[in-house]
Amino acid sequence: MFKKIIGTFIIAFFVNAVFAASAKDSIQIKGSDTMVNLGQAWAEEYMGQNRGEFVAVTGGGSGTGISSLISGTCDIAMSSRNIKEKEIALAKQKGIEPKEYEAALDGLAVVVNPKNPVGKLTMDQLADIFTGKIKNWKELGGTDAKIILLSREVNSGTHVYFKEHILRKNDPGGKEEFVPEALMLPSSQAIADEVAGNTAAIGYYGMGYISPKQKPVAVAKDEKSEYIEPTVDNVVKGRYPISRPLFLYTNGEPKALVKKFIGFCLSGEGQEIVLKTDFVPIKY
Amino acid sequence: MRKLKEFFIEKLILVCGLASIFFVGVIFFFLLKEGLALFKFIKPVAFLLDRNWYPISEPAQLGILPLILGSLLVTLGAAVISVPIGVACALYISEIAPGKLKEVLKAGIELLAAIPSVVLGFIGMITLVPWVKNIFYLPTGLTALTGSIMLAFMAMPTIVSVAEDALYSVPKSYKEGALAMGATHWQTIWRVMLPAASSGILAAVMLGIGRVIGETMAVMMITGNSAVIPKMIPFGFVQSVRTLTATIAAEMGEAVVGSEHYFALFAIGIVLFVISFAINVTADLFLHREKTRL
Repeated sequence: MFKKIIGTFIIAFFVNAVFAASAKDSIQIKGSDTMVNLGQAWAEEYMGQNRGEFVAVTGGGSGTGISSLISGTCDIAMSSRNIKEKEIALAKQKGIEPKEYEAALDGLAVVVNPKNPVGKLTMDQLADIFTGKIKNWKELGGTDAKIILLSREVNSGTHVYFKEHILRKNDPGGKEEFVPEALMLPSSQAIADEVAGNTAAIGYYGMGYISPKQKPVAVAKDEKSEYIEPTVDNVVKGRYPISRPLFLYTNGEPKALVKKFIGFCLSGEGQEIVLKTDFVPIKY
Repeated sequence: MRKLKEFFIEKLILVCGLASIFFVGVIFFFLLKEGLALFKFIKPVAFLLDRNWYPISEPAQLGILPLILGSLLVTLGAAVISVPIGVACALYISEIAPGKLKEVLKAGIELLAAIPSVVLGFIGMITLVPWVKNIFYLPTGLTALTGSIMLAFMAMPTIVSVAEDALYSVPKSYKEGALAMGATHWQTIWRVMLPAASSGILAAVMLGIGRVIGETMAVMMITGNSAVIPKMIPFGFVQSVRTLTATIAAEMGEAVVGSEHYFALFAIGIVLFVISFAINVTADLFLHREKTRL
């Protein structure tokens, strides 16, 4: 009986010791699904160079990352959108000072099935498609088929960016919404899969998810402008109209490991990894 | 020493028993506290009956009517598919199948219950979604029907095992009496066994439905999640819907703690709680009635 009690204490002691150790030389990174692959690539390279240090990366969406940073369950939040006023206020209430780092650029690709004859669209057309004004591919010079809209869920920074910059055309007072018929899929991969198998579908996601099974659409600012393909080169030169910065957020001035890791991400080496994972480096 | 041990163990079990009730109480309290806070911002009637769900817009539009209808539609579809098959399966297992086959079937059903729902959702996404799309000539396979079919698989084990229990507990004399009166095997099953076990079978159906309405992962993966008011049956089935459960799961990460959106998700939790509570109570009533009657 007493032995058992003592045993429990010993186990509890060890569990504590393990947790304490893990807290010391590990970093928790959470957030944007768009950035998961990038974060993972950074973490792997970083851990390869720094034996004994541990970096854990999880997705879930930009909002998820920021709310974890606020609740103190992660050290670095990845976000594909700026932190909102409301979130900053809430963080301050909890004694957390979000600090922002621009870590990479991302071109948002609009994709359709490779069999779809439509290959270029203007920003206005995109807005009309996703707000439900244009309903049939026929109206865009395609086949007579209903357009199937694929969107990310509302916890996605990509969703928010697309709504604010395409649907509402950067107008902060805009009231445009995704048409309710749009399918809300839980991940970029789910959109990629559906576009690959559905000739009437159109979706959007970060450039990193483009594969030969989808066709990226060339986008023009307006009818008179040139149609630009989403490539690294075009994003860097600022020619492609739908691109956005990707952020890392920390709590206040980063210390020790977190500082070292952020430094690594922003270094030349870190930015090379950005390029390798199909995003666009800040310094090119 | 022995007595002491006995005493401790008894108390320990008591604490465990009380703990489960305590946790249910705490969860319920938390759910109510967070969910009811929503009604400082918006009227309950508007929350339940408004047709637009745009939780992250300014101002947020928080009408869950499309979500409620989506959940009901998917559940109805799953019930229509799983109830006849499930009850027939229970009848076959308890009345017709020979000994060995019976065991194999029972094990098979148990196995079906053991498949995690995310796995079923994944399989559904890869196989069922394209089938539904091609068979019904639909623009997309991510529809309510797809969700219903997949959920029917999940409800089946519950329905079969509870219904089979109900059939098993019908007194043997009923069956013997019917056969002695010259009824055929099928007449006995249809006219005697089924009515005698009816309340247990109804309970099985209700429990199966309870399982379906609370299911999240698979639905989120294959129903497309568009928050639209479904069209009339049967057309509603071949369109995308968003369910209550999928909404909570998909959006809880984003909701800023203390925002309207956050409270709204908890309020959806209350709605779900009320629905499953009602279903479980109904199931319980049926089960109870059966026990007192027999």
